[in-house]
Amino acid sequence: MKAMESFEAPTPARVNYLNVTYGLKSWLLTKDHKRIALLYLGSISFFFFIGGLYAMFIRLELLTPQGDLLQSTTYNKVFTQHGIIMVFFFLIPSIPATLGNFLVPMMIGAKDLAFPRINLLSWYIYMLGGIVTIYSLLAGGIDTGWTFYTPFSTTFSNSYVVAAGLGIFISGFSSILTGLNFIVTIHTMRAPGMTWFRLPLFIWSHYATSLVMILGTPVIAITILLLAFERIARIGIFDPAAGGDPVLFQHLFWFYSHPAVYIMVLPSMGVVSELIANFSRKNIFGYSFVAFSSLAIAVFGFLVWGHHLFVSGQSVYAGMIFSFLSFAVAIPSAIKVFNWTATLYKGSISFETPMLYALGFIGMFTIGGMTGLFLATLAVDVHVTDTYFIVAHFHYIMVGGAMFGYLGGLHYWWPKISGRMYPDGWGRFSALAIFVGFNLTFFPQFIAGYLGMPRRYHAYPPEFQIFNVLSTAGASILAVGYLIPAIYLIWSMRYGKIAAANPWNLPGLEWQTSSPPPTENFEITPIVTWEAYEFAPREETEVVGRFREERVEEV
Amino acid sequence: MQTSWIPFIPPSASTLSGKVDALYFYLTGVTIFFVLLIWSVLTFFVIKYRRRSPHEIPRPVAGSHKLETLWSVIPFVIAMSMFAWGAQLYFQNSRPPQNAIEIYVVGKQWMWKIQHTTGQREINELHVPVGRRVKLIMTTEDVIHDFFIPAFRIKADVVPGRYTTQWFEATKPGTYHLFCAEYCGMNHSGMIGQVVVMEPTDFDNWLSGNTNQQSPAVAGQQLYQTLGCVSCHGASGEGGRGPALGGVFGKPVFLNNGQTIKADEAYIRESIVNPQAKLVNGFGPIMPTFQGQISEEQLVQILAFIKSLPAQGTQAETPAATATTTASPPARSASPEQDRQEVSKAKFL
Repeated sequence: MKAMESFEAPTPARVNYLNVTYGLKSWLLTKDHKRIALLYLGSISFFFFIGGLYAMFIRLELLTPQGDLLQSTTYNKVFTQHGIIMVFFFLIPSIPATLGNFLVPMMIGAKDLAFPRINLLSWYIYMLGGIVTIYSLLAGGIDTGWTFYTPFSTTFSNSYVVAAGLGIFISGFSSILTGLNFIVTIHTMRAPGMTWFRLPLFIWSHYATSLVMILGTPVIAITILLLAFERIARIGIFDPAAGGDPVLFQHLFWFYSHPAVYIMVLPSMGVVSELIANFSRKNIFGYSFVAFSSLAIAVFGFLVWGHHLFVSGQSVYAGMIFSFLSFAVAIPSAIKVFNWTATLYKGSISFETPMLYALGFIGMFTIGGMTGLFLATLAVDVHVTDTYFIVAHFHYIMVGGAMFGYLGGLHYWWPKISGRMYPDGWGRFSALAIFVGFNLTFFPQFIAGYLGMPRRYHAYPPEFQIFNVLSTAGASILAVGYLIPAIYLIWSMRYGKIAAANPWNLPGLEWQTSSPPPTENFEITPIVTWEAYEFAPREETEVVGRFREERVEEV
Repeated sequence: MQTSWIPFIPPSASTLSGKVDALYFYLTGVTIFFVLLIWSVLTFFVIKYRRRSPHEIPRPVAGSHKLETLWSVIPFVIAMSMFAWGAQLYFQNSRPPQNAIEIYVVGKQWMWKIQHTTGQREINELHVPVGRRVKLIMTTEDVIHDFFIPAFRIKADVVPGRYTTQWFEATKPGTYHLFCAEYCGMNHSGMIGQVVVMEPTDFDNWLSGNTNQQSPAVAGQQLYQTLGCVSCHGASGEGGRGPALGGVFGKPVFLNNGQTIKADEAYIRESIVNPQAKLVNGFGPIMPTFQGQISEEQLVQILAFIKSLPAQGTQAETPAATATTTASPPARSASPEQDRQEVSKAKFL
């Protein structure tokens, strides 16, 4: 109903956040969350490009079994740097810092985040961390793997471990500040009538993500600090020769780095909830289950780090407890998948580019999640851990999950962000190319992994070549799939069709203002009288199943 | 489980590998079922409920606690079946069996050094017999490595400053991959080798064809002399200014802080590299540290020597000498057998 009212013709460019002021200074000193989101968008795209280049070298090297393109020392640096750049400088900030920054205030009807200056500060901190890391790459690189396992990283590696660690250490603070900003904003700045259970699920997932950012990131900061102390002064924390315990490092590292997976995938789940509901014009099925499953994932995610240590010599009993908890954390994810699927039931489904990414996400995340169960299963994990099975699994979560959500969200909100439409035909084509390329790249790695091909191998026995050839072929398609949106999104900023305020015809608050929005987001603070994803009046609700009394609270 | 006809399964050559494969097939089956279920429901909905006119607004559908309960409980029950199966197999396999052949493995950037108790040494190759349990006692000179034999479905990290163990019983003669599975630096992908599984008679021949090398216990005895251990612990471990070593392996030791500790590999290693850490009751902190003066391989040899020492009052000949003269495989040599069983009991992780 709300959606119908706001269906309007494209509006001519008025004063908006993009054209209100000009000049470099107006961007570098901006306090507008939308401009800061664009600063982040530019920077993470840059880091994604670097990380992608490294991926290209990895795939080219592995095309043949001999290890003939790069030297082993170079190859080790390339895969390490691919991991560090992609995880810490692309995936972790990707959705929260760009789409989250842009949309959290808009979706709750606020003028900005609670702490606009801290928001800008967080971008500067991120950039400082990024520059220090880039320095470490240019100075000679780092070869420890993105996991920095001791004592290799503390005692044996002759590369720029401390510099790269410092970059990650610094950029972590940007993560903490962003999380803090989101939590305070969501608590205190919701528009009148925007109750907790009227919040779009994108907000719930960002709330859960922010909890992980605030509680987890200090631990990686401490861990990297200890690593640096150990490397510089050899104080005996991780080095067994000095009385330390190298496995302690793994516990500390994964205490952050496993929850960090949820920093990457929870926001993406939030995007997918938006896309599935909005492109089928349906209220989300089981709203409160989807909302609370995000919180459950955030909380239980802190209790499963030990499943990275099943072969490390950790106690057998600890292994069994961590295995149990890892299975438990899979349930909230399963609940989400079932609810998304059920949302489509009796919907009105359209297939614009964002929806293709959302459907792709559900398909790929199902594979990624189910293969996670193989790794939670103790006896099977012993065989497949540290093989390409792991590499395949986490890329299904990182690319098939986090990346699909990010691209889907970027397309979905692009008219709002840029005020222009992108060419939908190219959008669908590239979504298809990414889907095909991605599966061709990573599915063969499951097989190579079970056959025993270890990860981080520069040369490998020839029997694994066929899988690597398929992977490299898939990666080429994937690269093209990524380049196309990069080109047409930039192109559309100038030449795209002018976007309407509400081009998808949706009830969400962010669509109830002009595209692009004015600096203060809304000319009049909206008063929310409708539920999330309310396309039709609640009175028309259809109840599935026999229990009529269950229905009301859900809608 | 006979799996050789199934594609994309590595060679199956240990008593464990078929069990792991069976569990893997269960997981794969459940995965295929759920992936197909989700995909086909998605496809069905997406086609059936595609938008037919640009202005249609579907009726909202209420959530259902019944469905939510159903699709929380069913996955949970399935997940628990996976957990129980995997944990049971893992737990079973975590106990090294009694009367296994012991083989020492030392990882080093970037090679695997292997010592059989009968004296044979190998680099990046491991010869083992079919049908006999083999226990690997592993450590490393430098960084963390990981001893991975895909055909046996076993893998365990090799951690500096510790002894980790894993065991297997090979079932099929052949040559299989041996990989380092934990990234260990420059030549990580070169830290590979092969496991040669032989019929027991071939293995015995192989052992007897390589007897010119010292057994670890004899090499350990020499180190015991040259490093000066002998002056405090006695020529055959009878003790003196230092505690007696004969028969101590696998037995409880009383410490001067009132605690009791089992004298396993880890304790003996620690007492050599960091002697002050856990002093035996009644002895002063007079032993110097050997940290940095002794390699992991030498530590393993001294360990083998100490393990071979009989309890005080029972020795007639030095057992290290027995080990050299008998060419038979260690599982059959009489005297260390008792010890080994004790070890197995003491050392179930």
